[in-house]
Formats: sequence, C-alpha cells, structure tokens
Amino acid sequence: MNEKIKKATRHTNQNEGLIFEKSSPGKRALDWPPLDVPKVDPTKLLGEHHRTSGVEGFPEVSEIEVLRHFTRLSTWNYAIDLGMYPLGSCTMKYNPRVNEFVARLNGIATEHPYQPQELSQGCLKILRLLEKCLLEITGMDAVTLQPAAGAQGELTGLLLIRAYLQKQGNARKTVLIPDSAHGTNPATAVIAGYEVQNIKSNADGQIDIEHLKEQVTDDVAALMLTNPSTLGIFEQRIPEIAEILHKKGALLYMDGANMNALTGVTRPGDLGVDVMHLNLHKTFSTPHGGGGPGAGPVAVKKILEPFLPIPVLVEREGGKFALDSQRKESIGRVKAFAGNFGVLVRALAYILAYGPGVRQATEDAVLNANYIRKGLEGVYDLPYTRPSMHEVVFSDVLQKKNGVNTMDIAKRLIDYGFHPYTTAFPLIVPGALMIEPTESESKEECDLFIDAMKAIAQEAAVTPEIVKTAPHTTRVKRLDEVGAARKPILRWKPEVKRSEAAD
Amino acid sequence: MAYPTNYKYSKDHEWIDAKGDMATVGITDYAQHELGDVVFVELPAAGTKLTAGKQFASVESVKAVSEIYAPASGEATESNALLQATPETINNDPHGAGWLIKLKLSNAAELDALMDAAAYEKYIEEKKKEASA
Amino acid sequence: MRYLPKSPAERQEMLSAVGAKTIEELFHSIPEKYRLKKPLNLPAAMSEHEVVQYFSERAKENSDGYTSFLGAGVYNHLRSVITDTILQRGEFLTSYTPYQAEITQGTLQAIFEFQTLMCQLTGQEVANASMYDGSTATTEAVLMAERLTGRGRVLVARSVQPEYREVLRTYAKNSGLHVEEFGYTPAGTVDTKALSGLLKDDVCAVVVQSPNFFGVIETLGPLAESAHAHGALLVAAIAEGVSLGAVKPPSEADIVAMEAQSFGLAPSYGGPYAGVVASKDRFVRQMPGRLAGQTVDQEGRRGFVLTLATREQHIRREKATSNICTNQALCALAATVHLTLLGKEGLREMAEQNIAKAQFALGELEKIPGVKRAFSGPFFNEFTVEFPKSVRLVNAELLQEKIIGPFVLGTTYPELTKNALVCVTETTTREQIERLAAGVRKALAA
Repeated sequence: MNEKIKKATRHTNQNEGLIFEKSSPGKRALDWPPLDVPKVDPTKLLGEHHRTSGVEGFPEVSEIEVLRHFTRLSTWNYAIDLGMYPLGSCTMKYNPRVNEFVARLNGIATEHPYQPQELSQGCLKILRLLEKCLLEITGMDAVTLQPAAGAQGELTGLLLIRAYLQKQGNARKTVLIPDSAHGTNPATAVIAGYEVQNIKSNADGQIDIEHLKEQVTDDVAALMLTNPSTLGIFEQRIPEIAEILHKKGALLYMDGANMNALTGVTRPGDLGVDVMHLNLHKTFSTPHGGGGPGAGPVAVKKILEPFLPIPVLVEREGGKFALDSQRKESIGRVKAFAGNFGVLVRALAYILAYGPGVRQATEDAVLNANYIRKGLEGVYDLPYTRPSMHEVVFSDVLQKKNGVNTMDIAKRLIDYGFHPYTTAFPLIVPGALMIEPTESESKEECDLFIDAMKAIAQEAAVTPEIVKTAPHTTRVKRLDEVGAARKPILRWKPEVKRSEAAD
Repeated sequence: MAYPTNYKYSKDHEWIDAKGDMATVGITDYAQHELGDVVFVELPAAGTKLTAGKQFASVESVKAVSEIYAPASGEATESNALLQATPETINNDPHGAGWLIKLKLSNAAELDALMDAAAYEKYIEEKKKEASA
Repeated sequence: MRYLPKSPAERQEMLSAVGAKTIEELFHSIPEKYRLKKPLNLPAAMSEHEVVQYFSERAKENSDGYTSFLGAGVYNHLRSVITDTILQRGEFLTSYTPYQAEITQGTLQAIFEFQTLMCQLTGQEVANASMYDGSTATTEAVLMAERLTGRGRVLVARSVQPEYREVLRTYAKNSGLHVEEFGYTPAGTVDTKALSGLLKDDVCAVVVQSPNFFGVIETLGPLAESAHAHGALLVAAIAEGVSLGAVKPPSEADIVAMEAQSFGLAPSYGGPYAGVVASKDRFVRQMPGRLAGQTVDQEGRRGFVLTLATREQHIRREKATSNICTNQALCALAATVHLTLLGKEGLREMAEQNIAKAQFALGELEKIPGVKRAFSGPFFNEFTVEFPKSVRLVNAELLQEKIIGPFVLGTTYPELTKNALVCVTETTTREQIERLAAGVRKALAA
C-alpha cells in the first residue's frame, strides 16, 4: 500500500464458508407458535405426494450463525453507501433510506393484490400520483407502471408499437438500433418479433441522419434511441429524427436509461418521442440490491394509449381508483399483479422529496461529469469531443501503448477504493471507459476519483505491471472466469471440496 | 504460428484441408487468438448439410461468441468429440487437434475461391494494421 | 437539498474549473427551444417527515385491520426479522450487479447459495439467480423449451394461475408460439385424456402447476412420460413454494418455474417478488438469467463469478436466451436468508402447520349446510369450496365482519361461479378460521 491511495486502506476481514458447510443436524434458527388446531398426518392426506423428511441438503444452523454468515458476506461487497460508482449509464445514486422505511410500513408492505379495490385505495392513490409525476417529467400522455425492469419496459414499448402498427394494417418487420445501444435493445427487439438493423453513428457519436433517411423504409417499425446516447452526448437532431420516422409511419422509441441528464431540463415528449421507458432503479433512486429489483415504466403518446398492458389504473365516480383489466385493444398482461409495487413506492418517495427542485439533481449530475471530464482530459484519450452531459466516455488508447487496457485500469481503480467504471461499452469505442458520477458525489469524492485515475495513468506509463495484475488489495484476486465457464459449478454439493475445485 | 501451406483459408478465418472430396475444417490461429480462451464449442450433428458462407457452428469464449461459417458446401460427417471435454484444444492447436468437423464436399470447385496460406497471411497482416491504426 | 452533497461555493468552484459561468451553459447541447423555462409541475418538495406522513396516510386507506383468506398466487407467510436486518445492510441493498467479482463476493456467494437452495427445493440440477416473478419465469421456461426442441406448440393446463397464462400469451404472440389450453377433472387435477388428444410431435412444452390454482396437487410422473413420448418437455410451475416443505419436489419435470414470494417476501401489493427457473444440467446453456459459478482466483482461493454470460443480452444481443438484465437479486437474497433461518426442519414444520390449518378450515366450512369441497384431489394450504350462493355476495357480507373472503374463482373461470378458493397459512389463527366459518354461515343464512 502507498500514501497516494487516499480513499482506501486494508483491514482484517472475516472469512466465511458456504452456509451448507456450517450445517449440523438439530440446529435451528426459527421457532413457531404452537399449533392451535388439531395435528394431522400428512402422509394420510398427501399419500405418495408426501415429502417425508425435510428438504435434502437444506442447512440447519442457528440464528446467530445466519446473522454472522450474511453480515460477513456483506462486508465483502462495495456499495453506494461506501462510495462512488462511476458506472456509465447505471446512475448509481444515493438510495434514500426514508424510501426503505415507507415501503415497509404496515398497510403498504402487507397488501394483497387481489384484495377488494375499495380496501386498496391507498395503494392505488400512490400509483396514480406516481403516474402523474412521471407524465410531467417525461412530457408524455399516458404511462404503465407494470414492467418489472428496463428490459421488460423495452419489450412492452415494442409490443405497443407492434399493436399500433398492426391496427394500421402492417406490423412491419424491422427495428433500427444504433451500434452504441445497450444489449437489451436488440435482444428485446427479437423477442418482440422484429429483425434488427444496425444504424451507424457518425464521427460525432450522433445518429447519421443521411443514413437514417435511407434506412427508414416502409418496413421499419421504429428506431430505438438512447438519449443522451451511451456516449453521454445529447442527440441534437431528435425532432428531425422523429419527423423522418413519422413521415414513413414509423415510431420513435427512447431508451430512458440516461434520464438523469434530462429530468427537469427537457422532456422527451416535447422532442417527438412516441414511447419510452424509464429505469426507476437508475434515475429514480430505487436500490440496485445486487442486481434488482427494478422497475421499467413505459410512457406513451396518446396514439399508443389504447394498447397499454393490463391492468390500467382508472378513476371512477367519487374519486375512487380502480385497476381495469377489460381493455379490448390491450397488448395483454406483461407481468402478474400490479407491477413491482414496492419499487414504485420508493420511486414516488424520491420524487416527493425533491419536488420541482429535482432539476437541481440533474444539474449536479451534469456538473460532476463535466468536472471529471475536465480533470481527466489529456490524461485519457477522449474519442468524441462534443459536450458531455451526465456521463463521459474515454478510451484506453494512450495506455494501450504500454499494454494496459481499460479492464486493467478498472481493476486497479479497485485498489484505490472505487468501484470500476463501465468497461468495454459502448461497443463503438474500443477500450471504452464510461464514467457517470451522478449528483450524489461530493466535490471531495470527485477529486479523489480524478486523483486516482491520474495516478493510475501514471502507473500505466511507468510501472504498468502493477496495473495489469490488479487488484492487489481485495479478498480474492482476479478469478478464473475461463475455468468457471468450461466446467460450470453452479451449486453446492456435499462432495465438492473447497479450494481444490480447480481440478 | 505457421499457416499450413496445403490448407485453404476463408475471409472469416476458417481453414479447410481437402483431400479429394473429404475435408477437415477448423479456425485459424488468428481467430483463436482474437477470441481468447475457448470455453465451449457448438458443433453440428453428423449428417448436417452445410452451405458455403452460412453459419454452421459457434465458438465461445468468456466474453464473446464467434459464429463459424462454412468455407465450402457439403455434409458434416464427424465433429471433433475432443472439444467437448477440452475446448482449449482450439487455442493450443488450432490447425491440428483443434479441428471442428470433417466435411464431405459437394462441390470441390468452391475451394478455388479461397485464399492460400500466403494470401491469408497477407490478409491478416492488413487486418492487424487496421486494428492498431 | 439534503441528498445533494454540494455547497453553493463548491458548485461555483467546479463551474469555474470546467470553464462555465452558469450551469445553464452545460446544457447548451440541448436546442434552446426544448430547454424548460419553468420548473416541473410536481408536488412541492417534502421533508423526510412529510414523506413518511404521506405514505402513512395512504397505509391507513388500505386493508389494515382485516383478516384475509386470499392466496391465489400471493401468500401471507411468517417473515423473519433477521431477513430484513440483512436486507437493510447497505452493502447488500446499495450494491451493484456483481460484474466486478473481486468486490462483490458477498452478493455472488449469496446467489450461489440461492441457486443451491432452489435446486434442493425443486429436485432439479441447476437454478438461475432469479427472474422477475413466477409469471415471467413460467413464460421464460416455455421459451427455453421452444429453443431446446425447435417446436412451436405449447399446451398449458387451465389450472395454471390465470395471470401466468395471460403473461405467456402476451410473450407468445410475437415469438410464433401457439398456446393451447387443456382442462381439469372433477378431482381438480389436469385432464390427461384431453392432454393426450392434443399431444403431438410438434409440442415443445406441456405446462402444469402444482399445487395448481385450485390448490390441488398434481401427479407429475405420468405427465412427464406422456410429454417425453412425444419429444416435448414438461414445465412445472410452482406458485406456493412453501408446499415443497411437505410435498415431493417436481424432479420429473424438465424445467421448473417457481415463484419465491412465499419465502420471506411481503405481499407488497403484487411485487417485487422473485421467480426462478430450475432445470437439468444438460439444458443450462439455454437457461435465461444470470448464473453464479464457483471458481478459484490466481492464488487458488475459492471465489464466485457470474458465468455462462454468453447466453445473456449484453454479449449475445439479438441471439440472447432472454432480454433480462436487472433481475430480482435483493428479493432472492431475502428468500435465501429466510430459508436458511427456516432450515430443514423449520420449512417442514411450517408446511405441516399449513396443512393442519387448512384441513381444520375445510372441516369448519363443511359443517355449514350447503357448503362442500369442490375438488377431491389432495391439497396443501388452498382448497376450493362451493357455496350455494354467489361467492361475491358472501364476500360482501364477510367484509362487514372485516374479513377478506376467499378468491372468487368465477372471475377467471366462468364455469366456476359458485366456487371460492380459500387459503389458510400458518399465520391464520384458529380464532380467525372460526370467525370465517361463522361469517359464511351467517351470510348463507341471510
């Protein structure tokens, strides 16, 4: 360890095996109130269906062992609560704790989706207010809160487009997707029954309008656009793009993953977008939880409203709300019940905390990104020089001269106390370093990040080995991903031994 | 690694070693190097008909999947069983033990459109230049 | 604003550093006419206290104080304090997807343990790290069967949760899948004769649920054989995971799609929950969703990584096994912690309490003149009864007693208008069951 790493220091950290390795018959962690009805013989009732002994291999441990087990595991993780995640397009911002508190309230966490709607007005009011806020933020006409994540939102959006075009007589065959798009875009288009056609970005990282004009034919259903693009650059000619599409009867889908650059400053609906999704676990602060849950509401213009998935929130007489599943033209249900309600509650809590002042968050996010860009310009190669919004993309071209690539730099950043930025994406920038600080980072944290990146660039020039073999201070070093893929071990079994698993 | 002079090479970095109407097909050293450590190979069953230029197999590394295109048309008579258990054979010996399939050619004349070793080596030199530009 | 860690002075400093005078300059790449001149019309900013107040008021406008006998895919089970303690640890709650394995070993090992528990529960060989929920897990299981067999017909039992079937249809419409349904017998189990009539060599999957939507447990062995005889796969959906504490797992199925909500997740008005797809090792490359695998680091230490990622959208893009990216990791973690707290004996005991209470409830209801059980097959904690009067009317009366009555099957099964799906779990007290019976008796007498 050396003094130039200011943000992190090594500390003794607890080891912990698999919970199955701590198991011993007879240990227990939960007790029950005694049965207050007559006992029954399950074998008599279930016959051959009866699982006569407990689940084979299930752990038997005590309460303190469970608590220690998972607490120890948690200490091996980096998290927003510990420091910045400069991950581009992930918007790893502060997850406000009051959101957790309200989502757990009795009367919020406890409600059954099939309970009578007259006993669910509280839940429905929450949904309605969130809808109104999201419509105001996006400038669209209608919204569904059903989709469970961004990818599901994308699918819903494309299915809406398909239903709309089908009604016009021809669902069409192709969806245009920029080569800088997130992988969920093409994967989703295929599931929606469309073929994908790539559209190239121009030298400025924007959609090539001349190419677009050629590519938009009567066979094209939609263009899926991320704005700002995955390069963090605002797609300046969106209204023109929308017009080109609309002229040919096609629609404009906006991937709202980068909404953190736009909230309160501009509205996609005003720019000509027909349908878009939002990632509540990005812009709207709901926690990532190690990979979800999220939510991916889809906002649409009026023309798509009749096709929204069921159930649709409606207002009935007397100001009562209801979930309506009798919608003739709906694309159907995309998920059981009423969306990831607990996530929706958290997103609403976030919006209510900010109010109209949410613009300030956007401004701080863009300021932080530009501050970091300024700090690292010249230190790392900047392939696209247009103004950055909430994220900036560098490349490893300068460091590659010494054989140090973006993955190495990212791993070395771990030793400096940060989570890596997004590596190797977007695909149009070879060796990309995609950095998005979000508004939750103080000037101090941004300065520490800039210093760390500068120090690593220096190391790459002078002592590249230390970067190429990073990280050095973590519990585990670089892991054998090749072995993991060649001989997958995807579950614990009693006979698999500990570190000899390499054989 | 040297490129065997009796093999023919495609633009998609496959090699084909033909004797009469029986051939062996694999991917080149350049291809395996680009791909990185191979973790899994998906090969066609014996009897599958192949069309020149169309995908017939895929080779996976940890981070990418490469589609492998038939350098010539015909019928796959055998796939390399060794690659199931040791896919890394493609990395270690791409021109030999790492072969993918045996192919019964339906039109040996298609091989004339492929490159010889010298032309292929020139081709990949240019590719390497493009990459570092 | 309390979430923004900048003072006005610091903002100024940073603006100067980037060479801008005002923050507006940083937005000049947005054409002027599209930049908003007024603040958004959102409710006024709330302090923490006001946020809590807003939601507390909404909480009072729901079902607080009512006793519920609803199941039908979402179950009220005992949750555990420690589960929430762990879930609230910032290192789990606010951590990112574990792509950078060296600093996310906590999440990765927990996922590995989850995958293991799911295999043990379902009798399958491999399980993924979660899907959105049971409905999408079932759908993804069918799409997986389609990829594995190359065929386009799916046969789904009507006794599968209605919303699961609806979601499958939504997805199927665009992937060229033909979904056909087959019915049930008076015992409440699937109609195997009807199924045989439909089973041909163009079917990719037969989909059943056990315990099914009526609460009845299905016998899967013969169904698997029939499916396999035609080269089709058997997909078993499970909505009530606690049943696996007392019911034999669906190891005969080729793919299991399970909802994990019963394992420590609050009902939360429909989500977030966690779905799981579990299957055989030989099908793993067609499995959707993330997988955590065991490996070693450069120094031989055991560790875990996300693996077989080439199936996924960020690498395979158009050819991915699914478009799923964000899943339900934190919910899966909740299930993992809760299941380890329950342990082998605890889950078994919990399941047995469910059975005992449900039997008692059936007994009490059958004492009422005119009320009888609708299906004869064995059940776990849900059963169907027939009322001599409209279920809706009975439920309206029950509401007066602050009881949320059983699910009205007529809503989704037009042939079952007099039938109600009663759910009883270990959380239902004897007193509550007796009150339900008294309430039903009163409603029917009226």
